[in-house]
Amino acid sequence: MSEWWTYTLSDFLLFSPRTYYRLFELYNAEIWPGQVLGLLTGLAILALLRNPGPWQSRVISALLGASWLWVAWAYHHARYASINWAATYFAIAFAVEALLLIVIGLVGRGLVVRGVSHWINWVGVGLVVFALAAQPLIGPLAGRPWPQVEIFGIAPDPTVVATLGVIVLACSWPKWLLLPIPILWCVVSGATAWVMQSSDAALMPAVAILVVFAGTVSALVRWARLRA
Amino acid sequence: MKVALVSRRRLLGSLAATGVMAGVDAQIGAAQSDAVITRPIPSSGELLPLVGLGTWITFNVGYDEMARDSCAEVMRSFFAAGGRMIDSSPMYGSSQAVVGHGLNKLGRPTALFSADKVWISSGSRGPAQIESSRRHWAVPRFDLLQVHNLLAWQEHLPRLLAMKSSGQLRYVGITTSEGRRHREVEQIMSSQPLDFVQVTYNALDREVEARILPLAQERRIAVIVNRPFREGALIRSVARHRLPSWAGELGCANWAQVLLKFIVSHPAVTCAIPATTSVAHVRENMGAAQGPLPDEAMRRRMAAHVEQL
Repeated sequence: MSEWWTYTLSDFLLFSPRTYYRLFELYNAEIWPGQVLGLLTGLAILALLRNPGPWQSRVISALLGASWLWVAWAYHHARYASINWAATYFAIAFAVEALLLIVIGLVGRGLVVRGVSHWINWVGVGLVVFALAAQPLIGPLAGRPWPQVEIFGIAPDPTVVATLGVIVLACSWPKWLLLPIPILWCVVSGATAWVMQSSDAALMPAVAILVVFAGTVSALVRWARLRA
Repeated sequence: MKVALVSRRRLLGSLAATGVMAGVDAQIGAAQSDAVITRPIPSSGELLPLVGLGTWITFNVGYDEMARDSCAEVMRSFFAAGGRMIDSSPMYGSSQAVVGHGLNKLGRPTALFSADKVWISSGSRGPAQIESSRRHWAVPRFDLLQVHNLLAWQEHLPRLLAMKSSGQLRYVGITTSEGRRHREVEQIMSSQPLDFVQVTYNALDREVEARILPLAQERRIAVIVNRPFREGALIRSVARHRLPSWAGELGCANWAQVLLKFIVSHPAVTCAIPATTSVAHVRENMGAAQGPLPDEAMRRRMAAHVEQL
């Protein structure tokens, strides 16, 4: 196709907002009480962030990797792909991110998470807390029914936001390898919500901008310290 | 005619409410086919109702059983009102499978005119995609296959024409939408033995009036019109205005019928394929295939009126 520029974002929206959000409703009903496990996983990650260290970081990586793998298979591949052929590629991307988390964080011990000592780190913790506690409320606040709630470890958006929070907190360089896929998902998710005219469409792009900003400032601060 | 329409709707409504539609679909369809205006496919003379059923977005409901059944009800009403052509594509997510679900549920209506597309950049993978589509629909063969958005048409079109020659397919076409690649569409229409061309046309998007529709008449190619309501945006924009006084003269009871009658009254147009998830809307849409059609002067007036809203 030689005229991609003539297409608008709405040309790629293959489903109605009703179908999209109802997908979450059916998914939630089918996997209940898996949401409890998802939340417990998120709370475990949050608790481990209070005691950073080599093995805690490896456990965090393993838990995040498992969450990404679940979302890749149970959401993207098994459900979202039924209404969006592109979700097959999203599933692959999420599986790749899961492998990166496991290889870099668990096997390679490359995702060392630091303690909360700088305001940037609070951004990281704040994103994890937001993904666990506040993000699930956004749908209902935007007028969507409670059964369509999106929960960490189950739905992609809160899983991505919590992971970005952990990446912000990580102090080792391999964390940058973990950044592209979640940032790209923020763009994809924001674009989808925007085309569907969802009132919370700006959320995921805003998270991406915040993480890139925090990551850049964090790198500059470290560079300045090294020079000093 | 108007009285007959009202009584038909009441009949359909009461039958649907009592759940006895399934057994009497065929009779209703046959009884109403007289009232539905048809137009011949130029290459064969086969008659098609002026209004078909699109599936873009509306039928892509995945594994949602409730929504699938709801789509089946839309199809039931469509056939009951005398409809024939259902159009889908492998690009439309689960739409083909949902059409197949509906056809199964309705007992495979014989009135069906199945229109689908091939949409894959690799020519060699076209046959596998067509076979996959056919299985979704669960039809022995498609009535019409179109090269979707001209994607790899140089490879797909010869294969579709060969399928038609060997009896595996009845008609061959190409599609475009929203004004894309019209020059190329014209070239293909001029050089290839097409039965159908599918384009976007409505009271606001009238570019095809200049060259493609006259060329279709000259080359005896049937025209399917997609996105008659601009994916609902056109309906939403005019719905806040009162129906013009002349709407009644055309037998139009709502804006959907006004907009559709504008489209299907063009002499080159064979049928329009509005998509909907609503039984009430499919009945409204099918109403546009009945009653008087506007003449050229009235068509100009209709376009001008919609433009100034």
